[in-house]
Amino acid sequence: MESTIVKAIDYNAYFGDNHVVKNVNIEIPRNSVVAVMGPSGCGKTTFLRGINRMHELIPGATAKGKILLNGEDVMEMHPIFVRLKIGMVFQRPNPFPNLSIYDNVIAGYKLNGIKLPKAEKDKIVELSLSRVALWNEVKDSLTKKGSFLSGGQQQRLCIARAVAMEPEVLLFDEPTSALDPISTSTVEELFHELKKNYTLIIVTHNMQQAARVSDKTAFFYLGELVEYDETKQMFTNPTDIRTQNYITGRFS
Amino acid sequence: MSVQVKYRIGKSVGFQVLTILLSVACVIPLIFILIYIIQAGITKINWHFLTNLPKPVGEIGGGIANALVGSMIVIGVASVIAIPVGILCGIYLSENKNSKLAYWSRLCVDILQGVPSIVIGIVAYFWLVKPLGGFSALSGSAALAVMMLPIIIRSTEETLLMLPDTLREAAYALGMPFHRVILKVIIPCGISGILSGVMLSVARIAGETAPLLFTAFGNNYMATNLTKPMETLPHVIFTYATSPYNEWKDLAWGASCMLLIFVLVLNIFTKFITRKWKVQL
Repeated sequence: MESTIVKAIDYNAYFGDNHVVKNVNIEIPRNSVVAVMGPSGCGKTTFLRGINRMHELIPGATAKGKILLNGEDVMEMHPIFVRLKIGMVFQRPNPFPNLSIYDNVIAGYKLNGIKLPKAEKDKIVELSLSRVALWNEVKDSLTKKGSFLSGGQQQRLCIARAVAMEPEVLLFDEPTSALDPISTSTVEELFHELKKNYTLIIVTHNMQQAARVSDKTAFFYLGELVEYDETKQMFTNPTDIRTQNYITGRFS
Repeated sequence: MSVQVKYRIGKSVGFQVLTILLSVACVIPLIFILIYIIQAGITKINWHFLTNLPKPVGEIGGGIANALVGSMIVIGVASVIAIPVGILCGIYLSENKNSKLAYWSRLCVDILQGVPSIVIGIVAYFWLVKPLGGFSALSGSAALAVMMLPIIIRSTEETLLMLPDTLREAAYALGMPFHRVILKVIIPCGISGILSGVMLSVARIAGETAPLLFTAFGNNYMATNLTKPMETLPHVIFTYATSPYNEWKDLAWGASCMLLIFVLVLNIFTKFITRKWKVQL
């Protein structure tokens, strides 16, 4: 298997006339954690949402260029198919409030009308919840509503929901910014486990988080991909002055 | 305490008392109406009243069975027409907030809400009753459906707008197509608001008389044929209350009471459902 799973070629994204992501070229290696950091409004979230074509759901949003998933251009695929292959976790935990914890995990199947035998569903639910270290906490309350859980648990439930679809890539849009420090560290520990089976791309505001969890880091500034390198290299010896200024806290 | 402070406290208390008095004052007319109609009507309501047809003048007894059945049919058919159209239009408005079509249809809905019911009745008369060659329950239902639409559309739209966008994103990110996002996530999460809009619209049209005068017209006999004239509760009240005979006036009071009870129960039921089915976000 090729080692690069996602590759962006001259990717540009716009909101109307506003050019928010400029000519991004990046290669994401399989089974790695890549952090995308940068100041607010630098286009990092827009880029992330471009990968699974969530960007175009916003009225007036357009994109140009290529995003290859295993060599295939996602811009040519049907968005529904893309989103089954590339899961996403959002900034705020958003379990479906009308579904139980159990149904939330298999929401991707249930709500898409994919019928599975009960045993299969049980297996998926247990495996997905175990992968996000939530199984032991909720196994006795699977029939309760998702909103019954704490914020950190809800976020892990949302990760489980994405994991249950067995995607190849998982996108995280500032997944811990709405969580307390303890929940944050639980979710961060998960990343190390999850990368065994998936490729993770994490947008974060938090430099320490990028340094802690990622193998490679990308730094976005004003819509451009300024620097992309091994995380260690990036934080100890950045080549671009803008990266250096950002890391040393001269602007944020 | 200085005089000035006392004066300010006095003003504040006075204002509070005024708000309380005036809010009591607006409840009083409703309570008087309720008491009066129930006093006048409740004694007329009995099994005989509910299950018999009206009798000719001079005969004792008689009931409003035909009007009860007719009202149910006319309202039922109106609901069947208005509910799907209204909910779908509300969904469109909430999902495409800023489109041109949404702007214009929102404007039209607001205007429609202000159109007097008698105007809707006349329009139904010229567009349905005349071409179809006679009064019919169906034309009455159509007129009432038009009156239900704005209420259903606006309450659906407002309910769905209150759902957070993160919910739609969660659904889209799982690879769900638009129709499933709407049917499986958006509607189930907003169901209590949508239903309460539907029930309030039914309560609103249950007592509409003006459009029915030109359309369903009225019928002294039991009728279930949608293409024929049909008796309804508001119409029975209108004809009997304006008649010179006391027996008929009694029927009108009984029918008013029935209508009032129906609307009250519907309102209470709506409150109950809204609370019970509310999805905790």
